[in-house]
Amino acid sequence: MDAGLQLRGIVAGYGQGDILRGLDLDVPAGQITCLIGPNGSGKSTVLRVISGLLAPTAGKVSLAGVDVTGWSPRALLTRGLAHVPQERGLFPAMSVWDNVLMGGYINADQRAVARRAAELAERFPIVARRRHELAGSLSGGEQKTVEIARTMMVDPPVLCFDEPSAGLEPRARSMIFGTLAELSRDGRTILLVEQNARSGLGIAHNGAILDAGTVRLAAPAAELLDSPDVGRLYLGAS
Amino acid sequence: MSVLLAVQGLTKSFGGVRALDGCSFEVAEGSVTALIGPNGSGKTTAFNVITGYQPADAGSLAFRGRPVRRPDPCRLQRLGLSRTFQQARVFPGLTAAENVILGRNEPWHALLRRRVAGPDRRRAEALLGEFGLAAHADTAAGRLSYGQRKLLELASVLMAEPALVLLDEPAAGINPVMVKTIEDHIRRMHARGVTFLVVEHEMKFVMRLCDPVIVLDRGRPIACDAPRKVQNDPRVLDAYLGD
Repeated sequence: MDAGLQLRGIVAGYGQGDILRGLDLDVPAGQITCLIGPNGSGKSTVLRVISGLLAPTAGKVSLAGVDVTGWSPRALLTRGLAHVPQERGLFPAMSVWDNVLMGGYINADQRAVARRAAELAERFPIVARRRHELAGSLSGGEQKTVEIARTMMVDPPVLCFDEPSAGLEPRARSMIFGTLAELSRDGRTILLVEQNARSGLGIAHNGAILDAGTVRLAAPAAELLDSPDVGRLYLGAS
Repeated sequence: MSVLLAVQGLTKSFGGVRALDGCSFEVAEGSVTALIGPNGSGKTTAFNVITGYQPADAGSLAFRGRPVRRPDPCRLQRLGLSRTFQQARVFPGLTAAENVILGRNEPWHALLRRRVAGPDRRRAEALLGEFGLAAHADTAAGRLSYGQRKLLELASVLMAEPALVLLDEPAAGINPVMVKTIEDHIRRMHARGVTFLVVEHEMKFVMRLCDPVIVLDRGRPIACDAPRKVQNDPRVLDAYLGD
């Protein structure tokens, strides 16, 4: 299945005023696409529209060629699209293991859920090592790793990450980026919104710069890394 | 130009995170100075510490050449230093005129007793007129649009006749036309002698309006220069784009 994402002419916002103003974006299947842009340019809003948390007032979202505009987050998850939001989303008072099991809530087959969790514990050793500990006691980077493991419970072919490195110290940050690169090697489609533009582009195949609600520049990530336009857009030079 | 505000070695930690790390800078009288930096660089913490909303762990502050020990928002306002907030803060149940009068910081008890002195009322109405809100003088502030509330907050702050106003993201969350309106008001007040220190993410707004531009990264300044120089400073670019 070609699990690419395509956004065309997306207009969306909250209350008064549009945040996204006719946004076009292609997220090719099996690759990492990194969306960067200054504060307030609409990066998180793009993810909210894709994952069904915010309905666009115009435009179309396609997933693997199917028009999924306005679908609920649950319907999209069933279709294979998962969203890992920026804020820490683990249940701090539950164990690491129970948190991971929660990721399988849309699967009624409890044995299959347990089997999948055991597989993930092999892939993400921290899940096995800290399984009985309360999730809230883990460091920021460890929590993010467990959150990614939990997302993998439904084995989604398409993953959207909102600033996974936010608030992490450099070592934890490179660990998370390493995990994302590994997920991509499985052939998954990844859309990464990242404030740390250079680190994000460093692991991505494609990059796009968002400014004032539209994509100003889309190019191979390596090209964007060297582009003077990136700094210009961030620092408002004309 | 003389130094209106001097910040020396401000340090503030939240748990293990050092939001301000020996932060020092100055604001020259008569300037519109910008304080920019990537998310989490310490801009709002600097505002909160300078204006007495949060105590500093270390460091000192001088306003108009005098040290300010234990800054307190009300006392600072009487000394001539006022601020606005990221989310415009107005009293939604009070009228626009009452909000502006409260900005004077003194006659709130008079307002409670419904005895607002004539000059205060007249000054509030004049300010509302300047900000294009005269028709809304008797409208509850909660019924104004978000952009109008931002204007109202600015008018309220001016009621105290401050020498220095700290603006926390004046262009955030409003449409481009309102951004231009706010910019025009800042220019107008600046021409009348008010000094500004502005935290803002909208870079075009900052680069048009402010000089100098101070750039914070990890709790301390890494650059302080004219807008064009800051835009071409590789250290600033590194701070914004990460490493």
